Amino acid sequence: MGPSPRYPNRRALTLPALHIVNDCLRYVPFEAVVEVAQLLGLAPAEVQDTLSFYQFFPQDKPSGRTRAWVCRSVSCALRGGEEILDHICHAAGIDPYGTTTDGALTVEPAECLGACDFAPCMLAGQTLHKNLTKESAEAFVRDARSPAGTPS
Amino acid sequence: MTTFQPVLLEAVGVAGSYTLASYRSRGGYAPLERMLKEKQPTDVIELVKSSGLRGRGGAGFPTGLKWTFLPKDHPGPIYLCINADESEPGTFNNRILMEDDPHQVIEGIILSAYATRATTAYLYLRYEYPQCWDRLQGAIDEAYAAGLLGKNIQGSGFSLDLYLHRGAAAYICGEETGLIESLEGKRAWPRIKPPFPAIEGLFRKPTVVNNIETMACVAQIARRGVEWFRSIGVPSDPNNPRDPGSYGPKLYCLSGHVERPGCYEAPLGITARQLIDGQGGGVWKGRKAKAVIPGGISMGLMTEAELDTPLDFAGPGKVGCLGLGTAAVVVIDETVSIVDFLHNSCRFFAHESCGQCTPCREGTAWSLRMLERIRAGKGRLKDLDLLAEIGNTMGMMPGSTICGLADGAAWPIKNAIKKFRGEFEDYIKRTNPSGWMVTDPVPALQIVGAH
Repeated sequence: MGPSPRYPNRRALTLPALHIVNDCLRYVPFEAVVEVAQLLGLAPAEVQDTLSFYQFFPQDKPSGRTRAWVCRSVSCALRGGEEILDHICHAAGIDPYGTTTDGALTVEPAECLGACDFAPCMLAGQTLHKNLTKESAEAFVRDARSPAGTPS
Repeated sequence: MTTFQPVLLEAVGVAGSYTLASYRSRGGYAPLERMLKEKQPTDVIELVKSSGLRGRGGAGFPTGLKWTFLPKDHPGPIYLCINADESEPGTFNNRILMEDDPHQVIEGIILSAYATRATTAYLYLRYEYPQCWDRLQGAIDEAYAAGLLGKNIQGSGFSLDLYLHRGAAAYICGEETGLIESLEGKRAWPRIKPPFPAIEGLFRKPTVVNNIETMACVAQIARRGVEWFRSIGVPSDPNNPRDPGSYGPKLYCLSGHVERPGCYEAPLGITARQLIDGQGGGVWKGRKAKAVIPGGISMGLMTEAELDTPLDFAGPGKVGCLGLGTAAVVVIDETVSIVDFLHNSCRFFAHESCGQCTPCREGTAWSLRMLERIRAGKGRLKDLDLLAEIGNTMGMMPGSTICGLADGAAWPIKNAIKKFRGEFEDYIKRTNPSGWMVTDPVPALQIVGAH
């Protein structure tokens, strides 16, 4: 395997490559696994091995246009995080890990987001939503599902 | 107590604190320039060694000593990995350092690379910190443009490339060899040690893995000196030659049931009670604490009576906790059921276990199922013995796993059952009045055909 500018071998490009695919498609389909393997000089099984370890990457179908991760670890749970997760799912009409039928919003439980100073919190796209309340959670769901709603 | 004047956090709240111009106006990079001009790499190792700096990532290993494990006269390349995978529940100090003062971290990185003769540094950043990514990449770009990174830094002959590498939401990538495997493009399965990364690490080359806050401390030691660093914290015990002491300022993350959650800088050794009642404004809503996590969930629990324990590297161990860990203090008030707490902990570790070692994979999975069964009103007293057995047998310390995730999973189980056993027994008896005394095996809900 030849070097890349940053790494002494191409295998180290696996995770960056999976991120590029996921950023574009909102999942990593099998065709992408094969293509990444060809580009990196790996067997598809090797790429699939790495991909399947990181549950972060959906493999079957795309996430919603907004992907919301609601923290359920101890500091957020102590300040109502689990109730907020239930509330958001209820407001969106889905179960945790589900996607709304219009493809707008996926809601998933997350482990500690490292924002315990703002518990309970949620990461949606690139935006950290802090000190969530039932009201701000409902407003978030409305915005995410509105026709103008774009992933933040 | 007198308020400690922040050093690591001095830039927090200053507008534009993350820019090169701001960092230079605060005296930043002058120490680096002086070191490159006047000191040899071995001088910098000696500086950090004599400061008594211990790693801030959770294990508290003396940083300068770790650097000396690198082989002398190795042809290279030598790698420096900076662990920014901060994922220990309750912990957010690295996030604040990277968002608000990335150049302080970068100066520490360049100094550390100079000391260890690393020529490439990878900063492994957890996925969940997008603002840190932007701030760090911006700072790295500024540093390259200013000749502080890249070839022949400041004409010293020393060259360093620093690259960001994005994680994918796996707690085990915070384990140094899990991080290395992930960087190499593989499943983040930790490696058996020895060999230690200093001998055979990233891409099988000598590697040092250091934490973000440790890097910031290196920058401050270079600026303010060893005597300054050693004037803060808890000196080593003169009666114990193996005690490296707890020197320097520490970032304490305070969260959970307190009035003022936040990241507070204080000398190592502040007690949990002082932190909670002082900086934290007290337990929220006028309540009392039932239990407090001293250093991230892996460290276990202190009871209210144990809150005068100093939060230095030696303190939490004296009350049966795993250690100081990440110094992330989480307060649990008297209205919380300890059963619910332990369920939350077991759920976290079951999710994050990488699955490589049987005692951890099975121990974390089964402890979660048992807590779920207990919360569903089908618990037995015998479950507590079985949970304690899992707690005592999975981990590096009992010698049954490759890495310490299992020890972190075990400690909340051990502490919760030992320190709050009465509450567990009451809960089980109350919620399963007809079955709490049963000792037969739990019947399987589904029989799975093998063929």
